[in-house]
Amino acid sequence: MTEVEAKAVIEAALLAADKPLTLENLQAAVEEYPTAQVAALVAQLQSDCVAQGRGVRVVEVAGGYQLVTDPAWADRLSRIYRKTRAARLSRPALETLAIMAYRQPITRAEIEEIRGVNIDGVIQSLLERSLIQIVGRKEGVGRPLLYGTTPMFLERFGLKSLEGLPSLSELPAPETAPAQETTTQESVPVAQPEVTSTAD
Amino acid sequence: MTYRVKLPVFEGPLDLLLFLIKQNHIDITNLPVAEIVEQYLEYLGLMQILDLDIAGDFLVMAATLLQIKSRMLLPPDETPPEEEEPDPRAELVRKLLEYQQFKAAADRLQDLERQRLAVFTRVPPEGQRLEAEVVEEPFFEASLFDLLTALSKVLQKVPKEIFHEIVKDEFTVEQKTASLRERLAQTAQMTFSQLFESAKNKLEVITIFLALLELIRQRFVVARQGEVFGDILVLRADQLQPAPVGEGSAS
Repeated sequence: MTEVEAKAVIEAALLAADKPLTLENLQAAVEEYPTAQVAALVAQLQSDCVAQGRGVRVVEVAGGYQLVTDPAWADRLSRIYRKTRAARLSRPALETLAIMAYRQPITRAEIEEIRGVNIDGVIQSLLERSLIQIVGRKEGVGRPLLYGTTPMFLERFGLKSLEGLPSLSELPAPETAPAQETTTQESVPVAQPEVTSTAD
Repeated sequence: MTYRVKLPVFEGPLDLLLFLIKQNHIDITNLPVAEIVEQYLEYLGLMQILDLDIAGDFLVMAATLLQIKSRMLLPPDETPPEEEEPDPRAELVRKLLEYQQFKAAADRLQDLERQRLAVFTRVPPEGQRLEAEVVEEPFFEASLFDLLTALSKVLQKVPKEIFHEIVKDEFTVEQKTASLRERLAQTAQMTFSQLFESAKNKLEVITIFLALLELIRQRFVVARQGEVFGDILVLRADQLQPAPVGEGSAS
């Protein structure tokens, strides 16, 4: 199989996929090519899409690759397709997810302690939307359930991985620095927030 | 007749405190507890008047604030302290800062979500629909606190009742709901304060406010705000429907 053909197979696989495909998934379809070379072909495909002014983009998300539309045409496409209200998460849901993303695995009570409110309903709806999952039980009194985020969470926010989250200290922080050392959390020490849109 | 309003808001006491801190441009680390507790209780009072479901958390926080306030009023101990007396506010300040940080993280997620919403995938995720299938749901954009803030401003403007008048007609939420519906059927949008222009006393203002909440709940109207702490606009929900597709070239 020539490289051009392999690239075509990859493109076709991405088109047919219902969720992001990993390099391993893709490699299964073009077995003569080792994974490293598949990665290179994906990269080529990505730049082809941009160079040829195509309407689609290949983005890296949730540990895999996905074929999506070029965000530049969002307005045009929204004349046919609409993002309904269900597409947006509520504020309580976002705050709960944010805490969970940085502190996972975490119990419900620990999140409630930070937000200062009961979050039963929020947890339930996040579970139903598969954005979070139960990842175990905490040792100790009552052995409460521990929660963590899912690959669906990454996909929804266009993140490659949890490391793609900006570290807490990089966020536009409180105007004033904490008076005393906030000891507890080690913020995830990672690089830039990586948004996977490949536009421009 | 008692009337209960339930709103799908989850905001808790920390959220309210941060809201007050932001509104007053206060330095969190040097929290003026006396000042804050007063405003906090004012909001609590408003929420009680409206018979909103006040979670116990709000009351616990009120008690905590009052305790901190009283501890700060005590004269410093005469006897040299064994160890340095911790600032009674320290724990609260730590929690506020921590929560604020996660709120910033939630903002960031919201940005990412918005960017991601600009792309369409072949398998539509939840919330991506063909235009023709969409039935738009109105939504509640101004937060409950925004509405309460606006209400407290209106209440301040209510003329003091000087005359002892025997007011015959009691206001009911049903009546006010009906008359708001009527007014909005004609104008489609009004500012928050316009709603209360005709109100003669506190009871009437509150009845109108409850009627407004009811209409929001029924999704007949939507409360919108152009900017934070800006004027609240009340719009008829059907005004938000986008023009149907195929009406010539749009935009």
